[in-house]
Amino acid sequence: MTQDVLITAEDIGKHFPLPQGVVSRLSGRPAPAVHALNGVSFQLRRGETLGVVGESGCGKSTLARCLVRLHECDEGRILFEDQDISALSGTARRAFNRRVQMIFQDPFGSLNPRMKVRSILSEALSVHKMRPAADIPARIAELLDLVRLNPDAADRYPHEFSGGQRQRIGIARALAVEPEVLVADELVSALDVSVQAQVVNLLLDLQDKLHLTVVFVAHDLRLVRHISHRVAVMYLGKVVEIGPTEDLFSAPRHPYTKALLDAAPELDPTRRSRTVAARGELPSPINLPQGCLFHTRCPHALDRCRTERPALTPRSPDHEAACHLTEFGNPETTT
Amino acid sequence: MSGPKTTEPVLDVRNLTATFGDGELTAVNDVSFTVGSGEVLGLVGESGSGKSVTLRSIIRLVPASGDVSGEVRWQGQNILAMRDAELRGVRGGQISMIFQEPMSALNPVLPVFTQIEENLKAHTDLDGNGRRARARELMDMVGIPDAARRLKEFPHQFSGGMRQRVMIAIALASNPRLLLADEPTTALDVTIQDQILKLILDLRDELSMSVVLVTHDLGVVAATCDRMAVMYAGRIVETGTVSEVFAQPNHAYTRGLLGSVPHAGTERSRLLSIDGTPPPLDRIPPGCAFNPRCEFATDACRATVPPLQDLSPGRSVACFNRDSVVAAGSPV
Repeated sequence: MTQDVLITAEDIGKHFPLPQGVVSRLSGRPAPAVHALNGVSFQLRRGETLGVVGESGCGKSTLARCLVRLHECDEGRILFEDQDISALSGTARRAFNRRVQMIFQDPFGSLNPRMKVRSILSEALSVHKMRPAADIPARIAELLDLVRLNPDAADRYPHEFSGGQRQRIGIARALAVEPEVLVADELVSALDVSVQAQVVNLLLDLQDKLHLTVVFVAHDLRLVRHISHRVAVMYLGKVVEIGPTEDLFSAPRHPYTKALLDAAPELDPTRRSRTVAARGELPSPINLPQGCLFHTRCPHALDRCRTERPALTPRSPDHEAACHLTEFGNPETTT
Repeated sequence: MSGPKTTEPVLDVRNLTATFGDGELTAVNDVSFTVGSGEVLGLVGESGSGKSVTLRSIIRLVPASGDVSGEVRWQGQNILAMRDAELRGVRGGQISMIFQEPMSALNPVLPVFTQIEENLKAHTDLDGNGRRARARELMDMVGIPDAARRLKEFPHQFSGGMRQRVMIAIALASNPRLLLADEPTTALDVTIQDQILKLILDLRDELSMSVVLVTHDLGVVAATCDRMAVMYAGRIVETGTVSEVFAQPNHAYTRGLLGSVPHAGTERSRLLSIDGTPPPLDRIPPGCAFNPRCEFATDACRATVPPLQDLSPGRSVACFNRDSVVAAGSPV
């Protein structure tokens, strides 16, 4: 795989302010906010699939939305081919919008129920002036074929399709404008298991065929492991570990990654454990813990972890973790 | 942990059928299974497979429009034929249930203590002080810290995992012999799911309960259940111990389901997957309901419903072509 970097996130932060009472405002207290992203940095390489995994509230969906500029970052910046995406405007912005496409989680909410599939797809094509009007019907047929839907699907409404078929329509819409990057936020989590596998297979095929770069955001570790070349693990709005999939799954360097892997039920009834993987619950993203964000649940926490927030540091080739315990090794594999 | 149980089953479900809308929709079709003492049985299936309706039918929790027939043998009696007064002693008493969505299953306007006390009033002889003490004990048992204070709080003040613990505390208040759990961890994050599943297993050991766990997640089955029953379009298509079924699925659907879940070793390869989608209840195909999606289907499958045949005690399958399925091997 080429090391050609397509997108660079530099220390990005995103905070959603909460309503503040009059007394609190007058007393000069800082406005409360949900700290969704707290200094996220990573690089997305051309042609790779980067899995972003974490539990609810870890900021993975906010990150996905920042990457396609559905949210503006409050701190840091996102570079697309060395250009700050928040500075793009006019044709440059439109080109960015075309080249980086998003597919949404909810196959029911993300398609306009009053538009036929034909209009849904041709809207994308005409907004970005992808084809002369005369060529649009042929392109629609091609797109439907690409996502393995019948050509007659074009003249039906979204409600006539099952969840898996709707996700295919969402994929077709994203692909209509010939993007280079797909940001897929929980692409299959609303689908039945047997249908999930169909959509996952389709995504892998399309990626090979169209040389797509994919950011695959999901909470399901098994899926992320299956699809991704590299994986970023998020906790409370920070990337705590990032590395090549196999390396990260076989030798996690961050205690949270280890807990997440231990907690995820494996498809192997002979490997059972009765020990709880991680005690306690996610702290509030409104009042973040001091120091390492994971220290409140970490079995290895030191005094230093309670005061000083660790940065991502290299652990092995291409593999970084944000943990003070450099010697936190993991002799046994968790596969 | 696995292996067929030799003890008498505590629950024996025979030919359970649940229909809705004057028999137009059959959600559960001729389902039979047993649950042994101290055993965790997993009922597995996708949406619309009838797993939740099966669970609810056991304690007659289906809506009035539904019609449930068959037999549910519990301590020598048929629950489906019980009078209401008897049923009340069993339902929520000897047999308790926990639900998927703890926020909608708990009453949002009552403090947690009142909701636990309700069950203690209905199923125990404890007085006010006794109930208070027992409620604290239950909160400790399910791992909710600071029980005395938290009993006064309302459901919205609890996190999702803690709400599920509250629901388990309510279910345990009556010292049930059988716990019915309907997707208890589906709404929860993976580390919290892990905590709750292990809590259920610990409580099973401590209180020697049996558990029927409804889930769509084969990983959850692998991690927690002793035996499993796979459901498709309202019927049980395969049963067995979890290790038997995972090692050698005998039904094409079970095999497809196992192959649909990514696991170590499948990275960036094609998953087995199953074409099509599970059928809606009003359009269940004739013959074996799985035949339009099945790679092993033959003419017999399109004409006749395959009967659930016993292979060995506790191991059964409803497939005409099980030899080819077995020969194709387990995807995991």
